[in-house]
Amino acid sequence: MRLRPSVDAAPGRSPRQAIPFLLPALVVLAALVLYPLVFSLIRSFFDASGEKFVGLGNYVETFTDPRTLIAFRNNVIWVVVAPAAVTGIGLILAVLTERIRWATAFRLVLFMPMAISLFASGIIFRLVYEEAPNQGVVNAALVGVHDIFSPASQYPGARPRDGYAATEAGFTAIRPSRAGDTITVPLIGHPPQDVPPQALPASPPTAGAGELRGVLWLDVSIGGRAGAVDPTERGLPGVAVEAVRDGKVVARTTTGDDGRFTFPDLGAGDVTVRLPPENFALPFRGLTWLGPSFITPVIISSWIWIMTGFAITFIAAGLSAIPRDALEAARVDGATEWQVFKRVTVPLLSPVLLVVFVTLVINVLKIFELVFVIAPGSVQSEANVLALQMWQVSFGTGGDQGAGSALAVILFLLVAPAMLFNIRRFRRERS
Amino acid sequence: MGKQWIALLALTAAACSGGAAGTGTSEDLKGQTVEVVGPWTGDEQKNFEQVLKVFTDKTGAEVKYTPAGDELPTVVQTRISGGTPPNVALIAQPGLVAQFAKAGALKPVNADVEKAVTDHNAAVWKQLGSVDGKLYGFTFKTANKSAFWYSEKAFQQVGATPPKTWDDLISTSKAISETGLAPVSVGGADGWTLTDWFENVYLRTAGPDNYDKLAKHEIPWTDPTVRKALEELAKLWGDPTLIAGGALQTEFPKSVINVFGEPSTAAMVFEADFVASIITTNTKAKVGQDAKFFPFPSVAGSKDAVVAGGDMAVQFKDDKATTELMKFLASPESGKVWAELGGFLSPNKDIPETAYPDVVTQDLAQRIVDAGDNVRFDMSDLAPAAFGGTKGAGEWKDLQDFLADPKNVDGIMARLEANAAKAYGK
Repeated sequence: MRLRPSVDAAPGRSPRQAIPFLLPALVVLAALVLYPLVFSLIRSFFDASGEKFVGLGNYVETFTDPRTLIAFRNNVIWVVVAPAAVTGIGLILAVLTERIRWATAFRLVLFMPMAISLFASGIIFRLVYEEAPNQGVVNAALVGVHDIFSPASQYPGARPRDGYAATEAGFTAIRPSRAGDTITVPLIGHPPQDVPPQALPASPPTAGAGELRGVLWLDVSIGGRAGAVDPTERGLPGVAVEAVRDGKVVARTTTGDDGRFTFPDLGAGDVTVRLPPENFALPFRGLTWLGPSFITPVIISSWIWIMTGFAITFIAAGLSAIPRDALEAARVDGATEWQVFKRVTVPLLSPVLLVVFVTLVINVLKIFELVFVIAPGSVQSEANVLALQMWQVSFGTGGDQGAGSALAVILFLLVAPAMLFNIRRFRRERS
Repeated sequence: MGKQWIALLALTAAACSGGAAGTGTSEDLKGQTVEVVGPWTGDEQKNFEQVLKVFTDKTGAEVKYTPAGDELPTVVQTRISGGTPPNVALIAQPGLVAQFAKAGALKPVNADVEKAVTDHNAAVWKQLGSVDGKLYGFTFKTANKSAFWYSEKAFQQVGATPPKTWDDLISTSKAISETGLAPVSVGGADGWTLTDWFENVYLRTAGPDNYDKLAKHEIPWTDPTVRKALEELAKLWGDPTLIAGGALQTEFPKSVINVFGEPSTAAMVFEADFVASIITTNTKAKVGQDAKFFPFPSVAGSKDAVVAGGDMAVQFKDDKATTELMKFLASPESGKVWAELGGFLSPNKDIPETAYPDVVTQDLAQRIVDAGDNVRFDMSDLAPAAFGGTKGAGEWKDLQDFLADPKNVDGIMARLEANAAKAYGK
């Protein structure tokens, strides 16, 4: 740092006087910021043991490791989606809440997630997105809505023991039948204690001329013979059965309480018996939120929940600083509220929005806890981000702190432009 | 051998002369403090502290226990780098023990301790604690990772008996699936449960010798023995009617609750003896009545074998108090204290069976002792952590991908080999 002689001469501005005052801060900065920074940089050129110099080896490995590349990709998704979403939602909510009477109380509520540690928030969202609808609230809501429109089937998961092929249209008999035959349809995959109470013991029907008769029953009992109707086994009432000829359904019936069904007039020729899938459709269980395809959006959504309060607070502060007369003037000139928002509020707010956005970008680049907590182990590599990868490489996987330091340096380089931008901005504002 | 003895004696002598104050001949260690770092927290911590209390009562030495949980390797590594290692640590990864021993951070155990280890354990345990011919530690607490836990109610419903062979297991599973219940619950969100599955099948299909070779990566993961084991596993994992749905999103505790909680959605869950404590704390089921176990079935006529995990006691210092503590931990006396408190198994064959609190625990402990030299340590804990111990990477992730697509045996073997080569090559 070069000091101009004129400044030097001014009283109280002598560098010799300044140094002792600055020294404590400098020592602390050097020890806690500069030293670790330089040490990480040097460490990143050495191997896991810290003894062998490997040059740029760690960096080459970092950029060729598929896990790290996925982490890079996810970081890009995060940076593109998350800060913009939070700034946008924050702006909308800040502008809307400005008009309501309990604005402060409202903002306080929205700010609350910020007061929860990221770790705890992660655990909350891990439960929110849990797959089992009796635990995860998102799937509980989905299942609730779904079941209003299409109720669950009567015998979910049940299937014929054998002799039937599973097709799109249901379980289709492999062998054709014709009028005058009797057929048996043994079903399995349903708890015997869940058979409807009106069900009666099953027995094979006698053959009837001109009719196709059959029995459909739950072929599950202790010591029961597979494929044979045993005394304790009961028919399954209410199962739809179709007779198909040349790909067309020619008759349809449902089983009675004893599991029997009859197709009275089929005419001549072979038919194929088919059990349509709606009999056995598994109940809708919601979506696998924590699976590989949704995991990053899920984690981003929880981050949005946490950070929106932050954005609102800053933007609301910026809003209150906007000159009211500019807004009033626009309204007097006949601008609609949307025009006022778009043409006046947003441009005047843009410095604040930019600062919020950049701060969020920095925050997003070092996201760690949420990914660590929310993603189950099976999808952690799909949800991976650089900060998590850095930690895992350094401490989790046998401790390769060389490669970990390389990742730390890369992360620093990614954050640096955003930080420089913010620092410059503050400086300009001050001058 | 003679040279080693001399070296050991010299070390002990050096330790005595150079040790802290009060290194007299007296057994009284009053005023000395020993620090132990271990993985146990909560109830296990309380139980271990009971064990340590017996030592304090006996010798007068203070013992400070520092619980480090899952981060134990990081904690110990940091303490070593910082030059202040604890006196004793209990480490679950033999690979890490070997690493510390080679780096010179560990002290070999004293002759008395070595004798106790030889007397009270099968030879396989001594091998496990040895690095380059020197004994550095012994397994204090072990886990029997070859148990299938089943719901008695679900088995009664189909009149099933505990299966003895892998084929029996599959036919029993099929019978259970006919009643609409998922036969096997798999905690696939945690990768380590899947490595335990594989290790049990592999130990049975390929035999202990190949197991040792694969653990050291002397044979590749593309070996035909690996294919055979994966194909056996695929017989179960590959049938969607046999495995409870959403396995990859099911964490291990949840996989247990699926079987023994209300409502129960599955009939069996495979894992170690510590399943019992999850059943007791999270469900109303009673271990021994509603929840029972059978040993991992024999695959293709294999002999009884047990995959075990465990925490190995090692010492970083060799002053008198530390050595005394190691001697105490190697003796049946210390194990007996914890055995009576429950939730504990020991490879120490001189702990009387009656010391264990219930029939199930007695059975689990006896099976480890009976398997003798057919016990093998959890392979993933023997492997470098980058391969066998990292969430979402290496063997954990590859087996999760296998669970997702059990037909892809070739692809998974190639990926396992690629990851293993990278991790072992370092």
